[in-house]
Amino acid sequence: MSVVTLKIDDRDVSGRDDETILEIARENGIVIPTLCYLEGLSIAGACRLCLVEVKGSSKLLPACATRVSEGMEVSTQSERLTHYRRMIIEMLFAEGNHICSVCVSNGHCQLQDAAVALGVDHIGVPYLYPNRTVDASHELFGIDHNRCILCARCVRVCDEVEGAHTWDVGARGIEARVITDFRTPWGDSDTCTSCGKCVQVCPTGALFAKGKSAGEMMKQSEFVQYLVAMRGRQS
Amino acid sequence: MNKVRMATVWLDGCSGCHMSFLDIDERLLALADKIDLVYSPLVDHKEFPPDVDLTLVEGAVSSEEDMEKIQRIRERTNLLIALGDCAVNGNVPSMRNAIGAQAVLERAYLEEGLLNPGIPDQVVPPLLPTVLPVHVVVPVDLFVPGCPPPADAIYYVITQLLAGQAPDLSSLTRFGK
Repeated sequence: MSVVTLKIDDRDVSGRDDETILEIARENGIVIPTLCYLEGLSIAGACRLCLVEVKGSSKLLPACATRVSEGMEVSTQSERLTHYRRMIIEMLFAEGNHICSVCVSNGHCQLQDAAVALGVDHIGVPYLYPNRTVDASHELFGIDHNRCILCARCVRVCDEVEGAHTWDVGARGIEARVITDFRTPWGDSDTCTSCGKCVQVCPTGALFAKGKSAGEMMKQSEFVQYLVAMRGRQS
Repeated sequence: MNKVRMATVWLDGCSGCHMSFLDIDERLLALADKIDLVYSPLVDHKEFPPDVDLTLVEGAVSSEEDMEKIQRIRERTNLLIALGDCAVNGNVPSMRNAIGAQAVLERAYLEEGLLNPGIPDQVVPPLLPTVLPVHVVVPVDLFVPGCPPPADAIYYVITQLLAGQAPDLSSLTRFGK
């Protein structure tokens, strides 16, 4: 491990060489939007919202999955980045059926927040209106696939923190869905411990606790980084 | 001084956006000095008039009637504003898009054990196969999301436009507000 110095948005910053651009940006109060990233979980690089420009690279790089290096020059804000980030948000809205007004997470949704932060006030790409299902077979929780953005936070927290690996991603491309066990109803799952960690880390209203009405689902995901830190201290 | 010719339109929505417009309350009196409401569910004009400066559209485009109306309105309006989530993104009316218009009609008119079951072929306008946000059908000049947009957001938009300025709504409303 060694210490590197680099520039983020023309600011001189430093960190360890095993840290990512996103981690060092956050340590220095520089905001990079994210959706699939959650501190304490492994890196998925799934949503691409944290794309940044790095001098010398013609490609945009995901800040969550890119290690820093000595002398790196990173830009987190530009017209090009805003254009792509807005496009990502618009495509996420168009790919599912996100009806904010009747959603359990209305007002507490990270997709909604990202739309506001990026100035997305309408969706310019064509809506797909997919016919997706709801699984309400679990006693305590439900999943509405219409609201799922496939960030796979549920998959990762269930595997890495709870150790149950009930969730996975099934099928491919536009057909991809998060699934429980062998794509069997959640309520029939032999592996699910009903801990609810998946519900708490879900950034939208896709995973919810039963009995919540529109706007009532407020989630707390901070436990993940706390648990992971405490376990690291024990080992 | 010439008053600004303003209209409001109610397509496939619940009228909540119009209720929110009325929630501007006493500030409506100050607005009334500056605008002439030439067409609206709130006034008694049957035909959408020509040369309208500013039109607020509530609701999604769901039927053949909506489709004809919005095209005529666009032709006759200078600034067209999508008011509320149904107009901006389809919102609740668009929830039928995943299953289709026919399934909705059958559920409403055939499956309920009615005395006279039958899908109406007159009076009720034929539904489009897909509920569309307004900007998918005609160009929209400004989007005011919200379900409904708060009265303060609507008042702010109208007063900014009357003052010839571009409103920034990011702190006042959002999808689902």
